[in-house]
Amino acid sequence: MPEPQQEPYEPERAVAGTGMGGTMDLGTSEAATLEQPPGPDGTDPRDKPRSLWTDAWHDLRRNPVFIISALVILFLVVISLWPSLIASGSPLKCDLAKAQEGSQPGHPFGFNGQGCDVYTRTVYGARTSVAVGILATLGVAVLGSVLGGLAGFFGGAGDAVLSRITDVFFAIPVVLGGLVLLSVITSNTVWPVIGFIVLLGWPQISRIARGSVITAKQNDYVQAARALGASNSRLLLRHIAPNAIAPVIVVATIALGTYISLEATLSFLGVGLKPPSVSWGIDISAAAPYVRNAPHALLWPSGALAITVLAFIMLGDAVRDALDPKLR
Amino acid sequence: MGRYVVRRLLQMIPVFIGATLLIFLMVNVMGDPIAGLCGDRECDPATAAQLRHEFGLDQPVWRQYLTYMGNVFTGDFGTAFNGQPVTELMGTAFPVTIRLTVVAILFEIVVGIVLGVVTGLRRGRPVDTGVLLLTLVVISVPTFVTGLLLQLLLGVKWGWIDPAVSSEAPFGELIVPGLVLASVSLAYVTRLTRTSIAENRRSDYVRTAIAKGLPRHRVITRHLLRNSLIPVVTFIGTDIGALMGGAIVTERIFNIHGVGYQLYQGILRQNTQTVVGFVTVLVLVFLVANLVVDLLYAVLDPRIRYA
Repeated sequence: MPEPQQEPYEPERAVAGTGMGGTMDLGTSEAATLEQPPGPDGTDPRDKPRSLWTDAWHDLRRNPVFIISALVILFLVVISLWPSLIASGSPLKCDLAKAQEGSQPGHPFGFNGQGCDVYTRTVYGARTSVAVGILATLGVAVLGSVLGGLAGFFGGAGDAVLSRITDVFFAIPVVLGGLVLLSVITSNTVWPVIGFIVLLGWPQISRIARGSVITAKQNDYVQAARALGASNSRLLLRHIAPNAIAPVIVVATIALGTYISLEATLSFLGVGLKPPSVSWGIDISAAAPYVRNAPHALLWPSGALAITVLAFIMLGDAVRDALDPKLR
Repeated sequence: MGRYVVRRLLQMIPVFIGATLLIFLMVNVMGDPIAGLCGDRECDPATAAQLRHEFGLDQPVWRQYLTYMGNVFTGDFGTAFNGQPVTELMGTAFPVTIRLTVVAILFEIVVGIVLGVVTGLRRGRPVDTGVLLLTLVVISVPTFVTGLLLQLLLGVKWGWIDPAVSSEAPFGELIVPGLVLASVSLAYVTRLTRTSIAENRRSDYVRTAIAKGLPRHRVITRHLLRNSLIPVVTFIGTDIGALMGGAIVTERIFNIHGVGYQLYQGILRQNTQTVVGFVTVLVLVFLVANLVVDLLYAVLDPRIRYA
């Protein structure tokens, strides 16, 4: 049984709630949500009823925060797919003689403690972060929304068990779990990190999806469909899912940024990716001892990491503002 | 109220068992605890078998778990493989981390709430936009980057603080590490307070208070703040457990010998007793903090009554 008095203490609620109305002031002017004159493409928005999604898209296209963060993310995705577009050298080509040297022609960011080109390594590091962020979020979103959705829809013993399991996962500190689980893994790919994030991340999405499905299934149109004899799968897929997915998407987008930051943290602690992999976390960790002589080797990857995480969190914020009808 | 407390306590049991069992299983996959005992050489099979028997490692995992939990409840957290009792390690580590957490919580309460109130009362003004942008940046920059940057600026460049904390870790040396540990939650507290204040500001009771001529500071402190801080208090309460568990990164950067340091060493050296013991205590702290917050909620908000 859902227990109402517990609701306010769920961390993700608190977190999700904190941003409410937050970035609205950063860009989404309320004017954008008011009655609009005919759009630039000549269509009158009042012609046909607008769904939540077209409405949200209408808002987002006019939101500078969304446009900027989407462009940053697009750029990151492009350079993770084709890093050689803007960085010609190899991130693994290092020359100890040049260790800790500053910026020079052809090497705008200087060299790190091992004499590797910081610019090339920073560009190539985007691939790890973007891959971990996107794949882990996909895994978490699929697993969490399926489990949470089914639990919310069917209720009963399965739901009670799932709720207790999510409680268990919430009680384990994330970084600590990562240290314990990943410290035994010798494989040096992104997969163990992604697997770990999915393992510890799904309960968050599952709670959101569960709550959202419980709200959606009480709607009249769901009851009507059920009365007309719709099967459970049809109810879930055609009627409930489209109306319950919005909070999941919002939380997942913001979580994507935090997963990127988590990967970097684990790599920094030495249990995520290990050299010779290229990751911002590894580079920041490696640069920390030389910070007195070569702060640039620390600052560039840190900056890239911060901008990436910021872009995803702002994107999530903008999507939330657009999808949350309460703010209209 | 009494029945509610009992029910909550009963609900904590499966969560506690589940979380500790999960950690116990994770640690058991962590590799052979005996391997660390013979130094770099491989253990002689006979010695290994004897050690295994001595430590009860030849038993099935569930058996080990039961024995372990039985011991924990009699106050025996086992012995680290170097012969030091785990409780002794805890005795030196926990006070340090508790001090660090206290500093972090104080930052959250003082700075977070003040910033939240200021921005909440001035929505849309430059101060508000500026602080909001700042909170977004703080949330986006991972804690370890914030920590390294502050250490670089304050400790190395300007020499205001010692870049590493001494092993006694008095409050004075923990100010900057505490700020780093608090940073992300601080940003959340600010945003949460701001939203809450901004929402309640338009409520009827505030209008009434203004209408009956109360001075502005009294309206804010007695009427507005009291109602707006309820969600903030719950957030800070649940954050206690998260801060203690998350101190691992901060403690590593500033070389603080607290819980995170011991855990990190325990994991590196495959010291299972240390890891399981510390995590068990952390899980307990998390659960108790949550319970206290739930009970506090009823005290703060008289509208809520637990059956």
